[in-house]
Amino acid sequence: MHLNEEELEVLRIIENNSRIDLKDLAKMTDLSEVDIEITLKKLEDMRVIVRYLTVINWAKVDEYHGVTAMIDVKVTPKRGVGFDEVAKRIYKFKEVQSVYLMSGAYDLSVIVEGRSMNEVASFVSEKLSTLDSVISTTTHFIMKKYKHDGTIFDQTEEDKRIVVSP
Amino acid sequence: MIKTSYVSRTIAELKPSGIRRFFDLAANLEGVVSLGVGEPDFVTSWAVREAAINSLEEGYTSYTANAGLFELRSEISWYMEKQFHVSYRPEDQIIVTVGASQALDIALRTILNPGEEVIVVEPCFVAYAPLVTMAGGIPVTVQTSKEDDFKLTPEQLEAAITPKTKAVLICSPNNPTGTQLGQEELVMLADIVKKHDLLVISDEIYAELAYDEKFTSFAAIDGMLERTIVINGFSKGFAMTGWRLGFVCAPKEISEAMLKLHQYAMMCAPTIAQHAALEALKHGMQDVEEMRRSYRRRRNYIVKSFNDMGLDCHNPGGAFYAFPSIEKTGMTSMEFAEKLLTEELVAVVPGDVFGESGEGHIRCSYASSMEQLQEALSRMERFMKNHCQ
Repeated sequence: MHLNEEELEVLRIIENNSRIDLKDLAKMTDLSEVDIEITLKKLEDMRVIVRYLTVINWAKVDEYHGVTAMIDVKVTPKRGVGFDEVAKRIYKFKEVQSVYLMSGAYDLSVIVEGRSMNEVASFVSEKLSTLDSVISTTTHFIMKKYKHDGTIFDQTEEDKRIVVSP
Repeated sequence: MIKTSYVSRTIAELKPSGIRRFFDLAANLEGVVSLGVGEPDFVTSWAVREAAINSLEEGYTSYTANAGLFELRSEISWYMEKQFHVSYRPEDQIIVTVGASQALDIALRTILNPGEEVIVVEPCFVAYAPLVTMAGGIPVTVQTSKEDDFKLTPEQLEAAITPKTKAVLICSPNNPTGTQLGQEELVMLADIVKKHDLLVISDEIYAELAYDEKFTSFAAIDGMLERTIVINGFSKGFAMTGWRLGFVCAPKEISEAMLKLHQYAMMCAPTIAQHAALEALKHGMQDVEEMRRSYRRRRNYIVKSFNDMGLDCHNPGGAFYAFPSIEKTGMTSMEFAEKLLTEELVAVVPGDVFGESGEGHIRCSYASSMEQLQEALSRMERFMKNHCQ
């Protein structure tokens, strides 16, 4: 689908700050607040905007005990539906956060989140690897997140410029 | 016999920059939100910084050719052709300098004989008139006005020309007004320049930061390539202010003369910075595009916010400055800026430091994060309510 320049501009802005005030968004673009609302609705209806997300660095929160694993999955594609059918069966599990079709050594990259390594291990051994089309799985647990979706987690922003300059 | 001063009369008589004075005021306060900064808020892209680190690791710690790395000049030549449709030979028409400031300095010192005049269009960058003076010339200022969107008119230009006029110094998009001259306006000015056989020094340091209209270089106007000295650099568009790397493009005769000054006074621009600039030109244009988009959003935001709070502000076409009028407050620009600083801790630069016609205005840089802009604007709105009811 083709989007116009205003629609693209709205997407670029909210990609970095989905909580931005409608009034400010209107001021930053050449659109009125009403136009912005119509544009956002249209982009949501078209599923160009899929969800408004908050990126949280859970590693900083002591109460959080979650783990994330990236699983390389080799599968047998089926006639007529290729990899789509098995991908669909996998992404419906609530533990699964993302599924990508990959080129190279394996076919699907599946990102799974659980409360513990045991929970993820159980999911892989009992749900994922037992699927008919799945040939093999390789699980990598994520030890630490440095950058996620374009956001650097341990970066503090400091303005190093002098207060007034030419 | 005791000398009264060891300092030359020319330098002794130069006024210190008004920006410096205001910086001293602002530097002593805590919690200041600054719209007074004349440089990008982006840090130089990592790929460029990495290229500089690599240059050190590879041991590039010696001089380059006086005019700069040939590879960099070739890349600049290609960049000028692709972006601005002007052709300069890397062999003898491009010099890599220590910032656009040094490029301006050698351009003026190369062309001026004592007593020759340079037309300087105000409001303008604080260094223009002093640089002319230091080069032995006489700055002749032309005042532009908000009614003309701070654009120099052909009539104003023609009226300022005398038999001693050697050149016109123009900055577009402009610091401090953000005003950008369009192609038609440049053509009209060029006709007068050609009629009177003058040179143009075109400061195009903000060329990459043009938001509404494609930037046109003065040198790209018919018949102007041979009488224009283009000043440009990496500071603003590529967010590389601290690297001190600029360049100057000029007709061969002028360029070769400028190179003499450059080689005796500076030898060459820093080698590491030149390697970094090479990376910026080769692979950094997407970063420039993203920064330009971000500035444009903030430009829209700040200009609309100023007009909403009663600070009349024209829509600047480029650079990252808004230049609203503060006339309706009844204060001078210095009074306004000082009061705003002490009462609301917001730093802006009083317009009069950029020349007489800047009086009645303040320069507000929107090279700040949206959060900083929102905070500054909300403080300014409160200030306006307190002083304009």
